[in-house]
Amino acid sequence: MAGEISPFVIFFASILTSNMILSNFLGMCSYISISGEYKTASGLGKSVTLVMVFTTVINFAIYHLVIVPLNLQYLQYILFIIIIAATVQIIEMAMDRFLPDLHVKLGIFLPLITVNCAILGTTLFMVIRDYGFVQSLVFGLGSGLGWWLAISALAAIREKMAKTKLPRGLAGPGIAFIITGIMALAFIGFSGIFTIQ
Amino acid sequence: MAEGLRQVISRNVWKDNQVLRQILGICSSLAVTNLMTNSLVMGLGLTFVTTLSSLTISMLRNLIPHRIRMIVQTLIIASYVILVDIFLKANLPDISKALGPYVGLIITNCIIMGRAEAYAQKNPPLLSAADGLFAGIGYTLVLLIIAFIREFLGFGSVFGWQIPFLNFEKWTIMVMPPAAFFIIGVLIWVMANLFAPKSGKKS
Repeated sequence: MAGEISPFVIFFASILTSNMILSNFLGMCSYISISGEYKTASGLGKSVTLVMVFTTVINFAIYHLVIVPLNLQYLQYILFIIIIAATVQIIEMAMDRFLPDLHVKLGIFLPLITVNCAILGTTLFMVIRDYGFVQSLVFGLGSGLGWWLAISALAAIREKMAKTKLPRGLAGPGIAFIITGIMALAFIGFSGIFTIQ
Repeated sequence: MAEGLRQVISRNVWKDNQVLRQILGICSSLAVTNLMTNSLVMGLGLTFVTTLSSLTISMLRNLIPHRIRMIVQTLIIASYVILVDIFLKANLPDISKALGPYVGLIITNCIIMGRAEAYAQKNPPLLSAADGLFAGIGYTLVLLIIAFIREFLGFGSVFGWQIPFLNFEKWTIMVMPPAAFFIIGVLIWVMANLFAPKSGKKS
């Protein structure tokens, strides 16, 4: 069934209707804790997008070239997590060597990304939905962009709210969740366009 | 550390509840909470993994080189998650399908890593296992509370069992993602207020 969905639809659906944060709840930990400041949040979003594209493609190759032929499905979690950790390391080293400016900006986020559930989640969704190569590529890219969009939007809202007086105890994570809830409600409005689930 | 079992229990289940006080492990806690059965299975799976991985990491704590401890911990956790995944696939195939990728995502659940780093690294095995066990129980309880609200208002049922003589309009929104965010936001607010006078800090 997954073979029939056009990559174009997957791309927009993974940004808008099946947004990693707002409808799949993935990557929440860093989403809540690093959304106090717009610039930092946007930097994290960019790094996540980059890592997500690379890991999705590499995990796609590993899944179809190694895991399926050797019947190693029961080891897939271990392989995926090692590959994600290794990819993050390699991207960090390559960035340090070739794009030092970018490395200064994004470097601090890269180690954090290894344990970001959204990355592993994208890979697992790809395997479960049985995507082809192009589909996986756009799915990784779209999920990353969607994650970036959501964290930037939340950070921008929280920056504007910094001066607002909130009830005691609601400040911090509490209000972040309520804002996210309202954002998720707004994104449901897109669901008429297309869905992939 | 001079912390007894009683403190471990009260700290993990109530005072420093991983989900509501530390804001950890949110990813999986929200996604599965539209049905109570799924939440219970997810909570038990996580409790199993935290208990055993805390126990294992604590037993190996003097053998693991400090620099590579993260990857070793991740591998230990991943092995236990595979056990849970295979068990669910064999015995509860429907629930395994409903949980989908979220079983695998227990690996990246911050609670387990957090317990390993913050507790099992420095404490003896049995106490660490208890710490992991009660952190998991605290997580399961929160999951069940959220799932109860969502399932009751969204489907009018509890554990999939339809409640008789109760004909109110179902709140469809409760089954959809935004409701989970609202409920957890309010729960965090309540918990923060309960503890605010004592700790006095803004979280």
